[in-house]
Amino acid sequence: MFDERTVGLFLQGTVDTIYVTLASTLFAYVFGIVMGVALVITRKDGIRPNALVYSVLDVFVNLTRSFPFLILLIAVIPLTRLIVGTSIGNNATIVPLVISAAPFVARLIESSLLEVDPGVVEAAQSMGASTWQIIRKVLLPEAKPSLINGSAIAATTILGYSAMAGAVGGGGLGKLAIQYGYMRYQTDVMIVTIILLIVIVQAFQSIGNWATRKCDKRSR
Amino acid sequence: MNTTSPDAPPAKRDEALIRIVDLEKRFQGKNMDVYALRGVNLEICRGDIFGIIGKSGAGKSTLVRCINMLERPTAGHVFFEDKDMCALNDAELRTVRRSMGMIFQQFNLLMQRTAEQNVTFPLELVGTPPDKARERARELLDLVGLAKRMDAYPSQLSGGQKQRVAIARALATNPRVLLCDEATSALDPATTDSILSLIKDINTSLGITAVIITHEMSVIEKICSQVAILGKGSVVESGAVEDVFFHPKTDFARRLVLPEPLQNMPQDRLYRLIFNGRSSYEPVIANMVLECGCPVNIMYADTRDLNGVAYGQMVLQLPDRKESIERIIAYARAHSIMLEEMSHV
Repeated sequence: MFDERTVGLFLQGTVDTIYVTLASTLFAYVFGIVMGVALVITRKDGIRPNALVYSVLDVFVNLTRSFPFLILLIAVIPLTRLIVGTSIGNNATIVPLVISAAPFVARLIESSLLEVDPGVVEAAQSMGASTWQIIRKVLLPEAKPSLINGSAIAATTILGYSAMAGAVGGGGLGKLAIQYGYMRYQTDVMIVTIILLIVIVQAFQSIGNWATRKCDKRSR
Repeated sequence: MNTTSPDAPPAKRDEALIRIVDLEKRFQGKNMDVYALRGVNLEICRGDIFGIIGKSGAGKSTLVRCINMLERPTAGHVFFEDKDMCALNDAELRTVRRSMGMIFQQFNLLMQRTAEQNVTFPLELVGTPPDKARERARELLDLVGLAKRMDAYPSQLSGGQKQRVAIARALATNPRVLLCDEATSALDPATTDSILSLIKDINTSLGITAVIITHEMSVIEKICSQVAILGKGSVVESGAVEDVFFHPKTDFARRLVLPEPLQNMPQDRLYRLIFNGRSSYEPVIANMVLECGCPVNIMYADTRDLNGVAYGQMVLQLPDRKESIERIIAYARAHSIMLEEMSHV
């Protein structure tokens, strides 16, 4: 089975999977960070309490998170076409992945930011820091180790979802597993795919752990 | 930018820097509203080291937070340099807060920044150029005795060192007042002393007024010039530290001035005798006993250091005869010894 063509498929699948995962994680963070920060500052004991904004966001995040991914994948096809022009392939997979992961990322960011000592925020307020300065110079930098740790969790979760996208024409290792491993009964291809996925997950997690330790100045 | 200049004009005692008028802070409870503060009136003058003491739950922390509006009072006013803090909008408030430094029990340093970066933080907020900010941070860390630990992260510093960094940070924007919220409560006695003398130095050399929140009488004795005693959200007594110490008017003040063990003593015929530096050279008690011809029972004695002057106090139980008591009181009056009857402790 390890002829040049198959090895090429595995290689391409791995590259595709990493590309889809990283790109989706990146975009999920763009939206997730806005929602996560908004959740933290508008909560009752936040720096800009706003019950309306908080509860709308809270419900929105819970709703999108409870939507089954496979259904979402199909439901957003019109939107995917609108954004990337097609509903199959790597880039088409990114759209539903971002929609599905952003609320999850928002929750991860929310919990990281809530770990920041409220006393430090109070100190910043006592020095005359504005809301924006507190977000940019206190909340995000102080939560950095936890945020990095969260991003490894987000990336591995998104990787898992990206494999599912193989079922509806997405690229990557998921496609290999479904087309060769499942539909053609090529168990060896399936096993190699799974091993590759395990290696990638392990790599993401290790990089995440290393970066978290590296940037945390609290434990020395 | 230069607070270390020695030729800063000496602060006048009679000029109010902070005036608190009829302050009230009400929290909404489940069944009824809870008053954290009620009818608080205080005047804190330039150059004062003003202590606010009370038990936990007395409203001390709420009071100090009302001074810089970290807590919004529900009624009343706080005037800082004659500006009504309650009337300021957010942007004006942020500007005024730069004139008010604050330090905390838990130090509240940014854990992901070095000592130096913590001190430059308030300067970054106001857009000071980085090299100027670093220069100022170095100057301040030198002032608090931490020039060598500039690049250390808070996790690498001891409690006392962290509080020094916090003080340097609070001074970065040249505040007129330093608000200290239980600043020494997390520190051991020796470190507490060194932090208190640092605050005293800053008060003397930079002319910065200090407001000190504490639950420990020893903190008030060591550095404060004025004190307000807070109980159940109201000021029960206030004045110069010596006055409150010598003549506590309220039960609450008495409880704070006198030590715990006294509360288990027999409650009748107790008198409190106060020595100052002068009378401590004479054998006061021995002379009194000899001249009056009646014995006294010494129940308690200690010495206190009020602002650098040593005072002693002694609690005596006088004999159970009216004429003996009268004789002793007359003797004390004739020799200008401070002797006062203690009501229930």
